[in-house]
Amino acid sequence: MSDPFREGEDFAKARRGRNIALALGLVVFVILVFVVTVIRMGGHVFDAY
Amino acid sequence: MAMATAHPTSRAPARWQDYVQLLKPRVMSLVVFTALTGLVCADTRLNPILAGVAILCVAVGAGASGALNMWYDADIDAKMRRTRGRPVPAGRVQGADALALGIVLSLFSVMLMGMAVNWFAAGLLAFTIGFYAVVYTMWLKRWTAQNIVIGGLAGALPPVIGWAAATGTAPLNAWLLCAIIFMWTPPHFWALSLYTSEDYAKAGVPMMPVVKGAASTRAQILIYSLILIPICLAPAATGLGGPIYLGVAALGGLVFLLLAFRLYRSRAGEAADPRNDDGLYDVRAGARDARNLFAFSILYLALLFATLLGEHLTGVAPLELLR
Repeated sequence: MSDPFREGEDFAKARRGRNIALALGLVVFVILVFVVTVIRMGGHVFDAY
Repeated sequence: MAMATAHPTSRAPARWQDYVQLLKPRVMSLVVFTALTGLVCADTRLNPILAGVAILCVAVGAGASGALNMWYDADIDAKMRRTRGRPVPAGRVQGADALALGIVLSLFSVMLMGMAVNWFAAGLLAFTIGFYAVVYTMWLKRWTAQNIVIGGLAGALPPVIGWAAATGTAPLNAWLLCAIIFMWTPPHFWALSLYTSEDYAKAGVPMMPVVKGAASTRAQILIYSLILIPICLAPAATGLGGPIYLGVAALGGLVFLLLAFRLYRSRAGEAADPRNDDGLYDVRAGARDARNLFAFSILYLALLFATLLGEHLTGVAPLELLR
């Protein structure tokens, strides 16, 4: 007897797509915050080193 | 059998494209275009990366508004042909997911705008999202025939946000761009609603043709068009637009008025008279006039903003007729 709550192939594929999109969105956000921080600090962010 | 109906995989899976659709990408592209025009017309040297972040924040904020709108309006979207295929009424995305996406993107866009650009622009963006989601979607849309007149402010603010992002201020010329979109909205949407009023009536949305009738709507479209054209010409007098802009605004304005007048004289939006064999043809002919104005209104607004954008990017001197 098959498990009625087992995820179908379509659902697994759709979920994988959503997860990749979310991961890409988060990566882009992190990069943006980093770049914006560097620009806003006027390039002096590395002066301490 | 009961187990099969309770199966968690009985509905269609939500793809990432469904979440993109929640953000209303076509509306988003228009918002980005007008915000970019405001940012460029400010003629201030903003770091290009920060300018890009500002436009991204406006785009994401607009998308968040769209998701909140689709969450709240799922019941009426399901009743209209134009909107029943949207992810929430079609059952591909849960309403709670659309709400969560809208809230998260609103917070991210406003916070990033504030931290990366300035808090005045962030405040304007937050106000615009709130105005569209709460004042327009939750209140005006279902309550008054003036819904798109007052609610149009949300769609008119992006150039002011763009200007504020570049300068931290919102001078008269920024509000002039806002006024153009604000006065353009009623003729644009009412022309559309004249040939989709059956859908709005079925969904219980008090659009102008549903509440006041087609003849009153056509007259109001003409009145708003007569007010719109002088406002579109005004940038040539305030140092915002140059000679090319003046030509585009004047010629396009004449065509706009001609189409609005033809629509006023037509029978667009009126039901066919069943006693008249030509009734169906008459309605089709009227709908054509409404469609013509609807389509041209999009072209006219796009041309006005593209011309301003082009003039400021290429350094065409403004006319400054009033200075």
